[in-house]
Amino acid sequence: MSEQQHIVQIAEESVLQVRKLDFYYGSFQGLKNVNLDIARNHVTAFIGPSGCGKSTLLRTFNRMYDLYPGQRAEGQINFQGKNLLDKKQDVNLVRAKIGMVFQKPTPFPMTIYENIAFGIRLYEKLGKADMDARVEWALRKAAIWEETKDKLQQSGLSLSGGQQQRLCIARTIAVKPDIVLLDEPTSALDPISTAKVEELVDELKNDYTIAIVTHNMQQAARISDYTAFMYLGELIEFGRTDELFVKPKVKQTEDYITGRFG
Amino acid sequence: MNLYSRRVFVNRMGIALSMVAMAFGLAALMWILWTLFYNGFSALSWDFFTQDTPAPGTEGGGLRNAIVGSLMIIGVTTLVSTPIGILAGIYLAEFGATSKFAATTRFVTDIMLSAPSIVIGLFVYALMVATLGGFSGWAGSVALSLIAIPVVVRTTENMLLLVPSALREAAFAVGAPRWQVSLKITLRAVKAGVVTGILLAIARVTGETAPLLFTALNNQFFSADMSQPMGNLPVVIFQFAMSPYDNWVSLAWGGALLIALLVLSINIGARILFRSKDKL
Repeated sequence: MSEQQHIVQIAEESVLQVRKLDFYYGSFQGLKNVNLDIARNHVTAFIGPSGCGKSTLLRTFNRMYDLYPGQRAEGQINFQGKNLLDKKQDVNLVRAKIGMVFQKPTPFPMTIYENIAFGIRLYEKLGKADMDARVEWALRKAAIWEETKDKLQQSGLSLSGGQQQRLCIARTIAVKPDIVLLDEPTSALDPISTAKVEELVDELKNDYTIAIVTHNMQQAARISDYTAFMYLGELIEFGRTDELFVKPKVKQTEDYITGRFG
Repeated sequence: MNLYSRRVFVNRMGIALSMVAMAFGLAALMWILWTLFYNGFSALSWDFFTQDTPAPGTEGGGLRNAIVGSLMIIGVTTLVSTPIGILAGIYLAEFGATSKFAATTRFVTDIMLSAPSIVIGLFVYALMVATLGGFSGWAGSVALSLIAIPVVVRTTENMLLLVPSALREAAFAVGAPRWQVSLKITLRAVKAGVVTGILLAIARVTGETAPLLFTALNNQFFSADMSQPMGNLPVVIFQFAMSPYDNWVSLAWGGALLIALLVLSINIGARILFRSKDKL
């Protein structure tokens, strides 16, 4: 199959273009020739069975794999006219532009206020009043302001799991990234917290582009505009969520979403 | 005897033997503490803390010069070994995962951890005392620092390695450079553990005698000048305990009790602190 056939055209403007992406864990190939566009201000979901490479793919977008020797990516991920995988690319700048929220809530060991301010201070010099306003803005955006406004000076660890996760989302959007990557953000949360995070994702796509990895197909169907189904390191099918779930083109996709394997 | 009752019997024997072993170890410890209290407690008085070490043949006296000297030497040791130890620990845990230099540092640190303290004392003697023209408090602090630094390095590194990689990734994910991630996030997450390591290092060097014998030596008179020979508890205990004078021997017991209590309270403090590590 040629590269051109593999790329599914999207109707919207794309903010990130993945081309011929291969990924290796040492000698094991985790991603095989992935080609994909991420639509601006839309939600793209990645689904597939455990070990299919969906988290691996997400972690190439902000070069998180760089932290681990032995992991490497080849190919192109184009963002703002540059290849992210380029060795000369400033990784910290990439990560400030492409934020990430993880499976387990990971508040920093500091106050709620400082959790938000930490990322902002890295790239902006704000006065006290501006910083206060920015922190409030981020917490409001993440729909957690009402719960935290009276305890901004308490430890971020004092919040419940669901609140911690929204704090992490607030922390990510506080630095005003272009893209927010969510790596199974609700798999450690209870149903009510999950619903809140899902509502939040729907809100956030007005301002940000969102890529979410989920092992929950219903979640992907509920919140995403585009869905990518992956299997054994390959992108099997990619398309509009309503089409992919109703009329999958590939047999493997159909088997997976109807629960016949996975 | 069937299989079940055999197992019960073996189990009971096992527990009984471990209890005996534990009682033996604890009894030795209690005996030491009891002897220290029995002989040392009567020496603790107002004079003990306010008077200097007595001249041969004079009555009374105290350990003021030795206590102050020990505190100063250990204080400088702490100030020197804490930053060096923590920074080296950060380097090993956060930066040196694969480098040869880090592997070498780790190896040397391990050797230093088990190096006999008298060797370190002799080393500093050759390095500073013999060349710079005399025994001094500074030399004592350097010798003790060489013992304390590896302890701090190793605890800091081990603590940092316990930080879940998710927290480290989260800090990188907002675009933080590695040094900020290390100093502001991961080190902070294990603050209690690192402070515990420092306290244990201080406790370890508090009772060291051999390195001080060759470096700070001793001083019969009160002196707060670190560039001169300096009185200190371990060496005073060593000299006074061997002396023929009753009041010297009594002071030595008092000094030994003081050091034991100091080390004990540092250890207990470290434990309490480590237990409360989940607080901010």
